[in-house]
Amino acid sequence: MHELAITQSMLDLVLEQAEKAEAKSVGKINLVIGGMTGVVGDCVQFYFGFLSKGTSAEGAALSFKVIPTTAKCRDCDKHFELKEFDWTCPYCQSNNMEIVAGKELFVESIEVE
Amino acid sequence: MEIKVVKDILGANEQIAQKNRQLFDSNHVLAVNLMSSPGAGKTSLILETIKRLKGKTRVGVVEGDISSSLDAEAIGKEGVPVVQINTGGECHLDANMTSTALGSVPLKDVDLLLIENVGNLVCPAEFALGEHKKILISSTPEGDDKPFKYPLMFHEADVVLINKIDLLPYLKFNTDAFSRAIKGINQKVEIFPISCTTGEGIEKWVSWLLTQMSRRQS
Repeated sequence: MHELAITQSMLDLVLEQAEKAEAKSVGKINLVIGGMTGVVGDCVQFYFGFLSKGTSAEGAALSFKVIPTTAKCRDCDKHFELKEFDWTCPYCQSNNMEIVAGKELFVESIEVE
Repeated sequence: MEIKVVKDILGANEQIAQKNRQLFDSNHVLAVNLMSSPGAGKTSLILETIKRLKGKTRVGVVEGDISSSLDAEAIGKEGVPVVQINTGGECHLDANMTSTALGSVPLKDVDLLLIENVGNLVCPAEFALGEHKKILISSTPEGDDKPFKYPLMFHEADVVLINKIDLLPYLKFNTDAFSRAIKGINQKVEIFPISCTTGEGIEKWVSWLLTQMSRRQS
């Protein structure tokens, strides 16, 4: 549901960068999205379609790099992907962990002409 | 031509949030962001908190709802300054909406600002408002699997209030398993079981708030 606001912010950021580079049009936007953010790529794509109309990013392709939610066990120091309904370390069965990836939400790069 | 950007999509929100934070700090206001799913008890908690803090501290409220001013009217009856934000469809408050609302809050006459976010366990977790603390209310009828379904929200919370504990005898809610799951991914979190109906546990929550306020003032 938060994709509308997120897509608008993403578009603002992209247009600002494109303008800075004096680009005529944006061909591709490379996004990085962490699994924990709950951002749905299809929704972003849908909102982008109408938000970008009439801007230099209209028609740009969106690429999504999804980063899995990754935890580091505080007891055995091993890294592992956090499973949906099982928050235990697969190596030592500890419940004590730190989230080290999965909160990403950024524009990595844009391709412009 | 490829341009490296590597910029946070919510960077603009973050900047406004920081300005809000400065405004809170310069007015010596403790701001807390109350988040939960719809019906978990945010407004009931605010009403209970106001009652218990009467004469101890000056409370202000910002009410976020998609539409209506029912909650703001209920809170206004308690005699505290309250500002309603209607998000007009947006499923969360953001820093900009909060900033606009702050223009109508007499911050100089407020020590504690309770910001009631829109009822939703997904979107509010992403948008900082400038608050000092994030409070999550999770009520027992929602089930003890909520941390697994909404990990970001439970990861970000400074406090989790388990509301409606008066209903525990009628529910299959495992308080220990629920608390263990949250503490596993969020070491700093403090968990208080409460009931806004019976008043159980509210005193501990209120004293936590007072401790935070005195820490900030010292």
